[in-house]
Amino acid sequence: MKKLFLSITIIALLLGNAGCKKDSDFLDVKPISLLPNEVAFSDPALVLSILGDLYNRQLDFSSLDGRPIPESNTGDPNNPDIEAGWRTFSDFGESFPSENGSYFLVRNTSWGYGEWRVDWSRSYRYIRELNLFIQRDSASTALTAADKTRFMAEGRFLRANYYFEMVKRMGGVPLVTSPQTYDEGKGEVVSLQTPRAKESDIYDFVINEMEAIKNQLPSDVNTKSRATKAAALAVKSRAALYAASIAKYGANTPQVSLPGGEVGIPASRATAYYTTALAAAKEIIDGNAGAYKLYQSLPDPAENFAALFLDKSSVNQEAIWIEDFRVGGRTHGYTTNDQPYSISDEGGDAGRINPSLNLVENFEKLDGTFAPLPTTDGSGNPIYYTNQEDIFAGRDGRLRGTVLVPNSLFKGKRVDIWAGYQLADGSILSSDEAGSLKKLPGTNTDIQVVGKDGPISGLEFRTQSGFYIRKYLDPTVGSGRRGRGSDVAYIRYRYAEVLLNAAEAAFELGQTAIAAGYMNQVRARAGLTTPLTSTDLSFDRIVHERRVELAFEGHILFDYKRWRIAHIVWDGAQTSLADLGTNIGKATQRSTQPWGLWPYKYYNPASPNNGKWLYKEVKPPVVTGFDFFRFGNYYSQINDAIIAANPKLVRQPNQ
Amino acid sequence: MTPLLRQILNLSDNPISKPVLINDISMKLNIFLTILAAGCMLVLSCKKDNYEAPTSLLSGKLVYKGETFGVEKDQVPFQLYQFGFGKVGPIGQSFSQDGTYSALLFDGDYKLIIPNGQGPFLWKKTAAGNPDTTVITMRGNQTLDLEVTPYYMIRTPQITAAAGKVNAVFKVEKIITDAANARNIESVGLYINRTQFASSGTNIAAATTAGAAIADPNNIALSVTIPALTPTQNYVYARIGVKIANVEDRIYSPVTKVSF
Repeated sequence: MKKLFLSITIIALLLGNAGCKKDSDFLDVKPISLLPNEVAFSDPALVLSILGDLYNRQLDFSSLDGRPIPESNTGDPNNPDIEAGWRTFSDFGESFPSENGSYFLVRNTSWGYGEWRVDWSRSYRYIRELNLFIQRDSASTALTAADKTRFMAEGRFLRANYYFEMVKRMGGVPLVTSPQTYDEGKGEVVSLQTPRAKESDIYDFVINEMEAIKNQLPSDVNTKSRATKAAALAVKSRAALYAASIAKYGANTPQVSLPGGEVGIPASRATAYYTTALAAAKEIIDGNAGAYKLYQSLPDPAENFAALFLDKSSVNQEAIWIEDFRVGGRTHGYTTNDQPYSISDEGGDAGRINPSLNLVENFEKLDGTFAPLPTTDGSGNPIYYTNQEDIFAGRDGRLRGTVLVPNSLFKGKRVDIWAGYQLADGSILSSDEAGSLKKLPGTNTDIQVVGKDGPISGLEFRTQSGFYIRKYLDPTVGSGRRGRGSDVAYIRYRYAEVLLNAAEAAFELGQTAIAAGYMNQVRARAGLTTPLTSTDLSFDRIVHERRVELAFEGHILFDYKRWRIAHIVWDGAQTSLADLGTNIGKATQRSTQPWGLWPYKYYNPASPNNGKWLYKEVKPPVVTGFDFFRFGNYYSQINDAIIAANPKLVRQPNQ
Repeated sequence: MTPLLRQILNLSDNPISKPVLINDISMKLNIFLTILAAGCMLVLSCKKDNYEAPTSLLSGKLVYKGETFGVEKDQVPFQLYQFGFGKVGPIGQSFSQDGTYSALLFDGDYKLIIPNGQGPFLWKKTAAGNPDTTVITMRGNQTLDLEVTPYYMIRTPQITAAAGKVNAVFKVEKIITDAANARNIESVGLYINRTQFASSGTNIAAATTAGAAIADPNNIALSVTIPALTPTQNYVYARIGVKIANVEDRIYSPVTKVSF
């Protein structure tokens, strides 16, 4: 009994001791699924992982793995609906979309005012998180000064670049640079409603931020997926150039402006912006931000140009800032979607982007002159070519680096693009099934009468323009499979564009000789033999060079917008064959509908031309609409619901 | 009458003649009441939950001093606002190609504007440069023509067919002549199509003349060759459009059916 009493006492004492912990200690359990801010911002690896998410949420107009569709997500804001990566490269008359579900791109008769806008809510949620990141990083005490500075600079870089992406699309937007807090006690939101800043204010913010942080970022040519000094300068140069041209060419479209300056920049500021753009570009060109240079590792200009977008090794000193991908990690389906049908890694998944003849004809001849691809002679008779590729001979190397023309090599195989047999009596022997067999007149054996890659009108996944895209197309075995995907990087900023920025800014400032020098570097790399002199240089030349060098890199819309020529090039009229062949290389050449160039094999055993090739310009019959860029398209619509929620936002002009 | 209902009624008529367990009755009564309640809700909800569709028709056309003119289909928008219902956003619509419009609305007070920069005409503006509103009070159907000032008017258009061509002769009268708002003609065009929708974008053939090449605006002639039509038809629709410099939308003549 005594023993029992003792044991009970001991147990009770033990329990009592254990229970003597303070209540506050007992209840304050550290969460195991969340990191508090002070912990997260104590370890550089943890900060980097937060930063990685912020990098991933940057916005590209064209993106190999697609971009979020504005205001389309119904559920999780962090998992928005994503537009197919390939489709962000199409439209604008530069290519034909060979997919049944995407023919609307060539069937619609105008762009909606909401087209190309940013998702307002998602954008400002992202801006808020960037602001919080900057605030928490600066509050951190456990990080080394060097880490802290670099993270801070990267946060500011991402924020400034995102504002640049917004101002390109929307004009002046509310400039929020610190995390706003909603006071539940007060219960009012009016103090949080920020009006739109002036368009020039946003550009100034981008330019000043990039200038402020450039020296806090590393000058390392091999750092490509994180911000560097060169990336900051490249963004600064492009942003200043955009602002300058809006100031200068905005005078041509006075109705595209708002009285409060939310849209439109006064013409008086053009010179200052051009000077800034030139200076920023020069800093990179002079090697102050690392040893950047044009990619020149292969002797053939076309192969070299194609390799520029595939080479992620240290040989590539042209890429400045990229969106990187990795096999086994994050990959994209661009190659799956766009590889040639006959060489596809994934049966039946191929061929969606078909560059248009409009673009192809804008690649110059090697001597720097413009000419349409010759299909008929002076009296209207077809020209016969012995080899299929002969018609494309003697052109700018970038043509075949950007586009797979008929009979081009890809992955060691030739694409099989031809539309049928042209018979002696003028009729055409073809089939509506790619690669199918028929008998030629007067023969008894079945032979192939149309290419395995088309072109056949309305047959998706094969080319319908006569061309496939080559830029970013990954020749690695297996990269075209859906399961594996491709790890080709998307280059956001590259050295050639910096040169073209410098050339344009110098040209606008009247320094034409300097401008020609920069432009000739890019042109010589493309294999063009005759350098431009300072008298050759013109606005048309500047526009044209950017169009061919930077084709399918997400520039054409914003370039044509800032030069205020979008409403002339995409004027809502049909593009005729005459439009196509005249004014090549002119900035305002009409390009509202993508045309194609279809090869035919000539069959006439009695003729010396038997078995040779002839070409016909064809507007793919699917193309029933046209591009119509209205004045209201210059700045994308701010959703009515957003304006209703914040009445301080003014509407865009002409909408 | 359902057996259940009969049973319940029987019970109330003569409680002794048919003894039924109380539990049984109350359960059946419960089921009956539940069904009754659900039925009531169903009947009521049909009225309460749904709005009636708008029935008042607002319609009209664009006019200049009583004369109509054409625009391109779906390219010239107008906006209707109704205030007093929380968030304010426009009801966006556009004019059809003969310049008419219509909208089915609820009875109430609306404001109508044509946004700046839209249409081949000037819409009245406030002193601050915003589009001025037209106040519309809807009480049943209403016809309302919208008076605007076009930059130009196409006068006496004559469109005929001869020898495989469509020919047009017309005058162009400059309406807005003050220095601040006057615009030059960028081009004039004759557009033909297989259907009534003939415009600068939608056509099978077009002939245009640049504004600078017009010698006499009182006598402009255009001629366009009719292309081969498959399947064949012996008529086309044609109309004339005038593109005004730095104005997005063209002004059009009425559509003419031309047989050949």
